Amino acid sequence: MNPEPPEEHGERGTPVGRRVFLGTLALGALGVVAAPPLQRGLENVLGAAAGKDPTGLTGLLPNGGGFRYYSVASSVPHRGETDYRLTVDGLVDRPATYTLADLRALPQTRMVKDVQCVTGWRVPDTPFEGVRLSVLLDAAGVRAKAGALRFTCFDGTYTESLTLDQARRADVLVALRMQDKDLGHDHGGPVRLYVAPMYFYKSAKWLSGITVTEKVRPGYWEDRGYDVDAWVGRSNGRDDEPTS
Amino acid sequence: MTRIPRFTRAERWVHRTTALLMGLCVVTAAFLYIPEFAQLVGRRELVVRVHEWAGLALPVPVLAGLASRAFRADLGRLNRFGPHDRRWLRAALRRDRRRQERPAGKFNAGQKVYAAWIAGATLVMLGTGLLMWFTHLTPIQWRTSATFVHDWLALTIGVVLAGHIGMALGDPEARRGMRTGAVSREWAEREHPLWRR
Repeated sequence: MNPEPPEEHGERGTPVGRRVFLGTLALGALGVVAAPPLQRGLENVLGAAAGKDPTGLTGLLPNGGGFRYYSVASSVPHRGETDYRLTVDGLVDRPATYTLADLRALPQTRMVKDVQCVTGWRVPDTPFEGVRLSVLLDAAGVRAKAGALRFTCFDGTYTESLTLDQARRADVLVALRMQDKDLGHDHGGPVRLYVAPMYFYKSAKWLSGITVTEKVRPGYWEDRGYDVDAWVGRSNGRDDEPTS
Repeated sequence: MTRIPRFTRAERWVHRTTALLMGLCVVTAAFLYIPEFAQLVGRRELVVRVHEWAGLALPVPVLAGLASRAFRADLGRLNRFGPHDRRWLRAALRRDRRRQERPAGKFNAGQKVYAAWIAGATLVMLGTGLLMWFTHLTPIQWRTSATFVHDWLALTIGVVLAGHIGMALGDPEARRGMRTGAVSREWAEREHPLWRR
């Protein structure tokens, strides 16, 4: 004998399922409303924890700090000391090709700023080191009618762009080192662009070509809806703290 | 041994297609989110597209299932909680595994709570996902907030889903019920004694 009556016998019971369902929806909506303070709090806690976490597991939590790996190509070849080349061409008087050694022989600039990704993650106080883009442009002799740059990458897919004025800023580097180490492959090594004041998608990884053009030609993500002028805090519908 | 019908063909297809779409969402999410997997796969644009469309399609099987009388009847059973469900939940909280403390109809209270929660969570994911997808249609702060909720709820769903799959792995006859539509009388009487067939 069952001590309790079988279900659907007599009265139909309480609609707890509906309450759980609607409650979950309400909590979700509340979460969106309460997200800004919650997020700030969590960033502080997790950011501090990530610094002392030898397992690196906190890096997997949202806002847990650290870089994330994004690549738009299916696989990216490795280039190094012997086979890496950076070409500068287009509307210039003296097109050039640089090896890693050539780039290292030029004056190096080191900057320590925050990195801000358009998807939300931010890595504070990250040192980048390399050659100012303006140095390469001056060496190439940019022609009068030039107005923009197009960047290509040896992943074969990614492209980026800057106006000439943006490219000549002192906080735009052709970076060879990050976090005081040579740039590893996963971080876009051996050479990547570093555009400090803009969202990190502007800092093209695996940089292999700089072409001086008349007008801006939107890059890979910009063809897919991201802003071309990607100032941190003033574009892409975001209001992050500026990085430079 | 006699087999007792538990799920109709329509219900099993609702479960199968929902599971497939949820699986796609979880796998693509891992490729987007976990650096080691992202390095393995790359092709970020394609993975994002699959994730978005799988997510958009996720509620479709359940909505289509509403055409089935059996499916609607089971939704009704999942919704309604009786005194035996309260007893089941109390026992579960105490980690009391004695059978007489776990009375259940066609669905036990744990299955009922899971069904209601995952349905709500799926819609929250859909809503926040749409806010992230159509970035230029919503105000600034909405999108950042939606990303925050989407990320943390994704993690929670991952854990709960692992629990759901773990329970199924531990109960071959329950899986047979979902696969073939029928279960043994002995299993039904043991696991779901209050199920009126």
